[in-house]
Amino acid sequence: MFDYVWLIPVFPAIGVLINGFLGKRIEKFNKSIVHWVACGAVGLSFLVTCIIFFQMLGLEPEHRFYEFTCFNWISGGVLQTYVAYQIDPLSMLMCMFVTGVGFLIHVYSIGYMAHDEGRYYRFFTYLNLFMFSMINLILANNFLLMFLGWEGVGMCSYLLIGFWFSEEANAVAGKKAFITNRVGDFFFIVGMLVLFCGLGEHGVWSFQFSRVFPNVHLLSPNTVTLVCLLFFAGCTAKSAQIPLYIWLPDAMAGPTPVSALIHAATMVTSGVYMVARSNILYSLSPFAMGVVAVVGALTALFAASIGLAQNDIKKVLAYSTVSQLGYMFLGLGVGAYAAGMFHVLTHSFFKALLFMGAGSVIHAMSGEQDMRLMGGLRKKTPITFITMFIATLAIAGIPGLSGFFSKDEILWQAYSSPHGHFLLWLTGAVAAGMTAFYMFRLIFMTFYNENRAPEDVQHHIHESPKAMTVPLMVLAVLSVIGGYLGVPHALGGSNRFHKFLDPVMGMGPDKIFQKAAGGSLHHVAEGSHVAAHHPSLFMEYLLMAVSVAIALIGIYIAYVMYVKKRDLPEKLAEKFRLLHRMLFNKWYVDELYTLVIIRPFHGISNFFWKIIDVIMIDGMVNGVARVVGWGSSVLRLIQSGYVQCYAVSIIFGTVALLVYYFLKIAG
Amino acid sequence: MDMLEFVVPELDFRAILPQIILAITALTVLLTGVFSREKKGPAIGFLSLAGVALSFSAVVFSGSQTVSSFSGMLTNDSFARFISMIVCVVALLTILISINYRKISPAINSGEYYCLLLFAALGMMFMGSAGNLLMVFVALETMSISIYALAGFQKQREKSIESALKYFLLGAFASGFLLYGFALVYGATGTMDIVKIGRFLNDHPLVVHSPLLLGGVALMTVGFGFKVAMFPFHMWTPDVYEGAPTSVTAFMATGVKAAAFAALIRVFYVALGSLQVDMTQIMWVIALLTMTVGNVVAIAQSNIKRMLAYSSIAHAGYLLVGFVAGGELAISGMLFYLLGYAFMNLGAFGVIALLAKKDGEYTELSDFAGLGFKYPAMGLVMAVFMFSMAGIPPTAGFMGKFYIFTAAINSGFIWLAIFGVINSVISIYYYLRVIVTMYFKEPEQDIVMLTPTGAIILALVIAAAGVLFMGILPSSVLDIARNSTTLIM
Amino acid sequence: MLTNYIPVLVMILVGVAFGVFSVVVSSNLGPLRRFKVKKEPYECGMKTQGATYVQTPIKYYVVALLFLVFDLECVFMYPWAVHYKKLGLFGFVEMMVFIAILFVCYLYVWKKGALEWE
Repeated sequence: MFDYVWLIPVFPAIGVLINGFLGKRIEKFNKSIVHWVACGAVGLSFLVTCIIFFQMLGLEPEHRFYEFTCFNWISGGVLQTYVAYQIDPLSMLMCMFVTGVGFLIHVYSIGYMAHDEGRYYRFFTYLNLFMFSMINLILANNFLLMFLGWEGVGMCSYLLIGFWFSEEANAVAGKKAFITNRVGDFFFIVGMLVLFCGLGEHGVWSFQFSRVFPNVHLLSPNTVTLVCLLFFAGCTAKSAQIPLYIWLPDAMAGPTPVSALIHAATMVTSGVYMVARSNILYSLSPFAMGVVAVVGALTALFAASIGLAQNDIKKVLAYSTVSQLGYMFLGLGVGAYAAGMFHVLTHSFFKALLFMGAGSVIHAMSGEQDMRLMGGLRKKTPITFITMFIATLAIAGIPGLSGFFSKDEILWQAYSSPHGHFLLWLTGAVAAGMTAFYMFRLIFMTFYNENRAPEDVQHHIHESPKAMTVPLMVLAVLSVIGGYLGVPHALGGSNRFHKFLDPVMGMGPDKIFQKAAGGSLHHVAEGSHVAAHHPSLFMEYLLMAVSVAIALIGIYIAYVMYVKKRDLPEKLAEKFRLLHRMLFNKWYVDELYTLVIIRPFHGISNFFWKIIDVIMIDGMVNGVARVVGWGSSVLRLIQSGYVQCYAVSIIFGTVALLVYYFLKIAG
Repeated sequence: MDMLEFVVPELDFRAILPQIILAITALTVLLTGVFSREKKGPAIGFLSLAGVALSFSAVVFSGSQTVSSFSGMLTNDSFARFISMIVCVVALLTILISINYRKISPAINSGEYYCLLLFAALGMMFMGSAGNLLMVFVALETMSISIYALAGFQKQREKSIESALKYFLLGAFASGFLLYGFALVYGATGTMDIVKIGRFLNDHPLVVHSPLLLGGVALMTVGFGFKVAMFPFHMWTPDVYEGAPTSVTAFMATGVKAAAFAALIRVFYVALGSLQVDMTQIMWVIALLTMTVGNVVAIAQSNIKRMLAYSSIAHAGYLLVGFVAGGELAISGMLFYLLGYAFMNLGAFGVIALLAKKDGEYTELSDFAGLGFKYPAMGLVMAVFMFSMAGIPPTAGFMGKFYIFTAAINSGFIWLAIFGVINSVISIYYYLRVIVTMYFKEPEQDIVMLTPTGAIILALVIAAAGVLFMGILPSSVLDIARNSTTLIM
Repeated sequence: MLTNYIPVLVMILVGVAFGVFSVVVSSNLGPLRRFKVKKEPYECGMKTQGATYVQTPIKYYVVALLFLVFDLECVFMYPWAVHYKKLGLFGFVEMMVFIAILFVCYLYVWKKGALEWE
């Protein structure tokens, strides 16, 4: 009944084709056609997604699964891979907000990119291509198609980060993102192949989710752990986790709508999506889950600490994104997949909003991104201010807004779930406090006090056009109400969000174990028995109150430091000079990587280049080439151009064939 | 004297509808060429284009059943239809290229040229569907004689004449071998019908190793080997390809190869299936040598048409790997490869035809220096074709090689597959050299491209789209190819 | 089976041997004298005059080819005529198609001017 699902990816693909091939001419003719095509394509995708989504809501939960095969993509031997899409609550949820938020950002880009003459069409082509890849990633019903989308979004990210490539820094940032992602992709590929071959040993040669997941119990525990870790290594690059998060802050070199769309709301969450999609796999490997949770928690804390001392408005948001992604992985790692996905959803609303607000600020400030040169924008850009303020409240976890519900649930699960631990909760809570601090620092530095920009810039400050402010307002509303989809039981809600995702996440360990019929996995089973004990409701309220209190403290400190006693930051920076410099310089991670990884790599590659390659391989290749060249020139002599010679060659060939066949008879 | 008993054979004209359309078009075009006053326009070209398109649709809509008609002379099965489709694609693209090429060589804008082209295509189609050795021979000659004449169509160019004469002399020589081979096989089995030969050999295992039959097989190998440019019967290829008008070279390199391989596959698998084991070793060696000689000598070429000629030998070698491997996957891989090769090779020659100047052609590799930036669209499609020939994904060339080498490995010819891959690596050198020259070399002279007509742009777009389509979504084509092999099995 | 061919092989060997033998023996035994007449294409008969290579106008070839084509057409018609009654209408149509094809060629040749001598 969802046979028209293929329309969702097709619309952006058409947009790519139109703008990609004809964009240059269209733009010369009439610029608005370019963005009408691009926005229209994504809008239609969103529309189709909505229809399917609500159609699905009308079905019984157990029937909310459908696969649609478009065509046979690759076939060779045992491998049959189809371009096929899967409709279930998880994929439709992702698709809803990806196309929805994507649509808003497309609209926003009309205003933001309006002054970019000549490359306007290219920008929209890339955006549409991104949407196409992202939709494929989400809707894919097999790992291979998912990987195609995975690579596609990576490529678009590269193209868009370096969109203004005439400045070297941007091109370098694009390259960094691309190379870092390649490292992750490599692990992902290896993970896929291990899974494929591992299942193949048991006769299941397939990449298809609906064939892979019901059979994962066939794999040995070590294989499962290996696959999970490899997949997660892929996620650390795409979703910017320790240790491969380094590209994301630099990725802010791209235009701001790109940061909002790709590097905050959608692409970076694809790692979370992938882990959530593979939840059955992860449930079988407590070790891998532990790794995910710890890495997530550490990333949340680590990135938040860096965010404390950044002055570039987009950098602050970038580290905030890394930190929030850490939360999501923390949620996944403790087995709260639905909570992680819930945070993906709410985060996409308020983070996209924050980025677009920042874009609006930058737009108003004529391209300035340093918060030290901003201030007092509250009155001049009221809509931007109000919407951003709402988003900041949401991300800080103020009760009543979307961020509160999702973040609180993750924190609660980090403490209470069988995979959780008090330290995980503590790390998350501290990071939450830091988040509240640096986000309000951003608000205070940008919108309060007096403006510190140069005279000529001050004149230009103005509110952004409608195309930009309307999406801001829409997202602001969503940032407020988005959380009510999943109000936890403790607060009198029914957590509809969880129930909605249950059919996908429901294939939890229990069902798998029934299938495995008591294999070597009993230790996990024991773990899940622990889940039976339920921490008290009181504990839940207490932790909730503590995390809110921490957030409020963070806000208060920010207020004191950046509004009341504005010389305090200076003094503190003086006093804790070392710490401040560490934070300001992002813990010197980039430098560390340069020293530990890039330098030695350069050294090794230099060695390989100068010794192995130039002398040995080139020597060999040149040697071979010389032999080939020599052979070539000898053979050319035979090619004399005389027909007689050619005829003689035919004769020789004939004789050789005859001799061969007659020897066959004799022998 | 008694009157001989005469039976009218059952004739199914629907089975040869595509061929009839081609023949009528050819005759019409011939007369139009003579009777029309206006000699410069592309009307004749478009007329033949329409004929080929009609024939193509007749092939496509002719159903999927196997029809044996004309007393078994013709077997219209899905294999034949696939070959007919390749031939139609080849003819279509060649005509599109020729329509533009008339600016360089006005002589080819004549009824005779298109008439011969269509008759050659007709011969190729019959080769794909021939169910009798005699029919194979007649079809082969129809094709060959037309192409001998086509190769010499630029009467003012000495090279063109040389090319035609060489091709004719050697071709006639090789045809002799082929015919003699047929005669010996007839002597051994008592029939010319391909299916009946196969049945006879199945029932009489002793005949399989008779010198008469094996001698016939050897001589047939020579005859077919000449047409597909198999080592050591490949020597004519570079001279002929270089001399012939570029549009004809493109036609020869793709169409003749497809048709000859079609006949080779049908004769050797259906009629001589029982000999498979005996042939393997020698064909193994020939496949290896064909690939290697083609690739190695191609490196030393500075003329791009000659280079592509050696490359065509090398590609024949890859196809022979599939021939050695045998089996469904190999044959469907070969069919896939033939179609992909048609797209990429016609595309590459199309680009060369685009560059030609008034009084000749730019065929030296150095002429391509800097063209990638001067004509970006042209450079891009040329790069696509070169990548495809080198077998780099996501192109038809890669998938084709992938299928053929996979088939070879599945059939246990692992070393042959390895040598094939090594050869592909060697070939990358000279294919990439074209791209390097286009993009990284400073132009030595000012080369101006003739304003391309819509026809050749269409041809190049079709070719490039075909190459990429088959590279990105290979299954759609492979499935058709796979359905086309069932009758051979 | 191959033994059947032994006489043929012997025949070939004898033939080749005889040829080789006579050439070798005559060139070794016979006296060798060179003079002008010896070098001429024909040692006896008329004295050669003019160039050895005579060019024939290409028109002869064209006419010869055309003659062959239409001659063969006639040859093909003989067996057809013999069986005409048995073949009936079908045979008639078939022959008409054949003639029509040749007629197209005839028209072409005519229009091309191949039938004009000057």
